[in-house]
Amino acid sequence: MSLIELRGLTHIYSQGTPFEKTAIDGISLTIDAGQTVALIGHTGSGKSTLISHLNALLKPSGGTVLLDGQDIFASKASIRAARFRVGVVFQYPEYQLFEETVFADIAYGPKNLKLDEPEIDRRVREAAAFVGLDAGVFDRSPLELSGGQKRRAAIAGVLAMEPDVLVLDEPTAGLDPAGREDLLARLFRWHEIRGATILLVTHDMSIANRCERLVVMAEGKIVLDGAPEEVFAHDGQLLSIGLDLPAPAHIAKLLRERGLDLPAGIYTLDRLAEAILALRGKGAGPC
Amino acid sequence: MLKDITLGQYFPGDTPVHRLDPRTKLLLTVAYIAAIFMVGSWGGYALVFAALVCVCAVAHIRPKALLKGLKPLVFIIVFTAILNLFFTRGDDVLFQWKALRVTYTGLERAVSMVLRILLLVSGTFLLTYTTSPLAITDGLEKLLSPLKKLHVPVYELSLMMCIALRFIPTLIEETDRIMSAQKARGADLETGTLPERAKALLPLLIPLFISAFRRADELALAMECRCYNGGEGRTRMKQLHMSWRDGVAFLLGAALIAGILLLRRLGI
Repeated sequence: MSLIELRGLTHIYSQGTPFEKTAIDGISLTIDAGQTVALIGHTGSGKSTLISHLNALLKPSGGTVLLDGQDIFASKASIRAARFRVGVVFQYPEYQLFEETVFADIAYGPKNLKLDEPEIDRRVREAAAFVGLDAGVFDRSPLELSGGQKRRAAIAGVLAMEPDVLVLDEPTAGLDPAGREDLLARLFRWHEIRGATILLVTHDMSIANRCERLVVMAEGKIVLDGAPEEVFAHDGQLLSIGLDLPAPAHIAKLLRERGLDLPAGIYTLDRLAEAILALRGKGAGPC
Repeated sequence: MLKDITLGQYFPGDTPVHRLDPRTKLLLTVAYIAAIFMVGSWGGYALVFAALVCVCAVAHIRPKALLKGLKPLVFIIVFTAILNLFFTRGDDVLFQWKALRVTYTGLERAVSMVLRILLLVSGTFLLTYTTSPLAITDGLEKLLSPLKKLHVPVYELSLMMCIALRFIPTLIEETDRIMSAQKARGADLETGTLPERAKALLPLLIPLFISAFRRADELALAMECRCYNGGEGRTRMKQLHMSWRDGVAFLLGAALIAGILLLRRLGI
């Protein structure tokens, strides 16, 4: 059963003015419950506009958004329900922090859900633990935290609402490599434990290839959709729309061009190493 | 959507109106405002309206864009109309219901007040629609430069205005972003009693202020890094030049005022 279904979704900004711009153009997409999906595209390809429709922040100019088969724009109640079921973490979420303490900030979402105190307390502690935020910072002002901690606190604020679908727009932008790895690992752990659907918006292929499914957007349309090995097989098309291949896939491509007989569908470092070792075992090639 | 607010927005174009010197447009706008207050007859309003339509047509500004800009003023316009309609004294009663009394003078005054506001605001919108904020500040600085002799900090004022204008769209965008983020966390900005709604704005205002201060800090640093040290001795890349077009514009402006005064004298 598909959890989210987009039908012919179109969004035109500033319709009827000289600044009119079609950001997304007739997109149809279904996402199943429990999937991890990466939405990839160049800057301005319409990724961010697309995700703003998933929790009813933007009203489509055309088409519908279905959540569990129900139109989320049907009523005020359904819009509100969608906000709570689909948790969206926007780019640079640390700028949304506002409360006096980190605890209160993470509790803002659950409070809007009108939960009781013990439940809010449990959710805040759980969410903070998930993103790796120490309970020692709960009483500090969110503005005193370091950049990485702020990011974690902001993401925890959405996790604490325990949404069925977690949408993250470039969650690791501006983090150092270690912080990036740690945060991604924690997000995927959250997916494993809670069985939640994750939609990751990124243009970093090394992040995208950890998802089960990749959806590639260009100029407001979906151009590729499938498992990583299927999508990365279209390397020419990816490069032509200004996207990169993950480094291992790139190396495999270059090695193949040099005459090494590597199998298709290599996009992780482990696979690349295995394939090269397998070649070596056969005694073929110079390596 | 906040992005659709058109107040103070510039529509780029290459029409005769766009090409006018900003000083001309500023002076003519001031003259236009004065002219509206000189109108003393219905014919005068028709003339001003006709002038407005002509400028709109020449500048390729769609009437829709103007109307959209007037939308936020609906409350003020209705308020003015009601005040004038019911609280003008006069003997020529048109209609009376208990304490409410509508006089012919009141009706006339209400209509002319509404017309005045509409023409005033849409005329000034034309200035911002056809002149980039940078050009407006440039023109304003030039026009005010005689005041420097009186130790009025004209450079600083125009710089402040320039920065303020420059940051309106940025702040609107920022508000939009923060609003989206808080709505995604279940913030309810639309329903509730007035105190509840005011409280619901806090999650919006606090991050907005923080980011505005951060931006101001960054801007000051960037200006210092480029050795900005105030107005004296600065030269400009784009010099303002008056041309024959500006002469024609001034003549047309004078004709409009003369027309208004003539119609007033004739009582049409």
